[in-house]
Amino acid sequence: MSMANIAAPTIAVSGRDSTGPYGPKPRRMFSRRNIFLYGTLFVVAAYYLLPLYVMVVTSLKGMPEIRLGNIFSPPLEITFEPWVKAWSTACTGLNCDGLSRGFWNSVRITVPSVILSIAIASVNGYALANWRFKGADLFFTILIVGAFIPYQVMIYPIVIVLREIGLYGTIWGLVLVHSIFGMPILTLLFRNYFSSMPEELFRAARVDGAGFWGIYLRIMLPMSLPIFVVAIILQVTGIWNDFLFGVIYTKPDTYPMTVQLNNIVNSVQGVKEYNVNMAATLITGLVPLIVYFISGKLFVRGIAAGAVKG
Amino acid sequence: MTEQTARRPSRLFRNLNAKIASIPMILNALVIFLGGTIWTIVYSFTDSRLLPRLNFVGLDQYRRLWVTPRWLVAVENLAIYGACMLVFSLIIGFLLAALLDQKIRFEDTFRTIFLYPFALSFIVTGLVWQWILNPNFGVQHVVRSLGWTDFAFDPLYDSSIVIYGILIAALWQGTGLVMCLMLAGLRGIDEDIWKAARVDGIPTWKTYLFIIIPMMRPVLITTLVIIAAGIVKVYDLVVAQTSGGPGISSEVPAKYVYEYMFHAQNLGQGFAASTMMLLTVIIVIVPWAYLEFGRRK
Repeated sequence: MSMANIAAPTIAVSGRDSTGPYGPKPRRMFSRRNIFLYGTLFVVAAYYLLPLYVMVVTSLKGMPEIRLGNIFSPPLEITFEPWVKAWSTACTGLNCDGLSRGFWNSVRITVPSVILSIAIASVNGYALANWRFKGADLFFTILIVGAFIPYQVMIYPIVIVLREIGLYGTIWGLVLVHSIFGMPILTLLFRNYFSSMPEELFRAARVDGAGFWGIYLRIMLPMSLPIFVVAIILQVTGIWNDFLFGVIYTKPDTYPMTVQLNNIVNSVQGVKEYNVNMAATLITGLVPLIVYFISGKLFVRGIAAGAVKG
Repeated sequence: MTEQTARRPSRLFRNLNAKIASIPMILNALVIFLGGTIWTIVYSFTDSRLLPRLNFVGLDQYRRLWVTPRWLVAVENLAIYGACMLVFSLIIGFLLAALLDQKIRFEDTFRTIFLYPFALSFIVTGLVWQWILNPNFGVQHVVRSLGWTDFAFDPLYDSSIVIYGILIAALWQGTGLVMCLMLAGLRGIDEDIWKAARVDGIPTWKTYLFIIIPMMRPVLITTLVIIAAGIVKVYDLVVAQTSGGPGISSEVPAKYVYEYMFHAQNLGQGFAASTMMLLTVIIVIVPWAYLEFGRRK
């Protein structure tokens, strides 16, 4: 019985016809308990959805309507002009070519950062899981403890390092920073995953003469695609949403989208155009939202692992 | 992995590929995490201004730090924000998880709705809530136009409660994660416990309070550490929502560090402030690490 309750409800439903009465006694649909339960859930869900709704409706209104109406009412006249303006002509105080610049900067930052950080961390995790050498655990411990150190402590030394190697203020410098701070959690993720794979697999490949890279490329990599997907979700959302590193390690020309968005909305010059601001905010949030809604359960797995990052 | 050691040329070259592959990790651990931290702590005792220089002045930077009103406001804000964030996100997260654990329909839909804010950046979160809490267009305006003309809800422009305005946004963004962790904890509890409690006639709320919550201790502690680590880092949310204002009333330590390092050209103050942040984290993490890992030995 306890098994049936823990298992997904679909299993209980499909098993019902063959074994007769099964599972807990069905409850009445409109019991007082259900009304309270679903009532609370709907109210809370409405509260969580409200900001998204406000963003959407505000971004579709014209400015006169915003000045007169209230922020929760749906637009009387739908206009896509704020979206166009946010994308291509909104001003940051320095230039007026809209969010598109920040968007492409963010793409140029996120793609190499995700690839580089995952490549380094997966090989690292593999070395830690299958090819342990003396001292490896010490470095790994420092890495994990380092994940809890506030970034502010390491910001300036990294500025110096990047300046020394000539990458300060460039996109590649920021890519390096994302790889540095993504390393603890990703290495942990991959190390734990590779450790859970059967040892015999590794031994058999060794007997057949495969080396370090051979085993990684031909056996470990193809067998661990799910964990790579989790890592990609984790990194894409994390790097896309980053603000602190973007504002420190890049210059106005190469600012990522979040920094540019903040500059557009919080710029003190000119008349505030709330509809353009909300369109810009929504566009910036769209990428992680799409990743979230497509990935579903994998995202939950990713943040459960990524949450350790703090 | 093989046991024979006779023909090996040197210990250093043993397992060479793994060592080469670990160079990024070793460099990162030693140079950035360990080296960078020590570097910042050392330079926090100097009078560095525009550029770092090794002219030691003892604890002067710290003395200056603790008489600067801006820092004191930042610390006070962090304390209020931190305490409220810990308490409320734990309570709300747990209640939501308990609601979702009642074998309800559309559980996945509700979970997706509660968790989606966590996918958004703090910048997006801060800007949306800046708009909703805008006194001339947002909640205050809407309630006033419904008839309550002297209704006042204006946290972002009232320096005595501005930190609670930020808290509202932070809770909206972060409670989904707490709910997810709590739900995982609730699902990890044996169904037989529930049956035994039901047979004994213990009411549901009592079962939660006195049986289930004590059993969820490991999950609770992990969640606590995760929330606490997030609290110390709070920065982007404040920048987006209030830029530290009105005046300096919503400053936080992370913002203080950034301002002094990159705008005020007073590196020593920045280093001292960031070392204080590190100290705070150590005070939180060490007892936890001791409880978590110390007992196993």
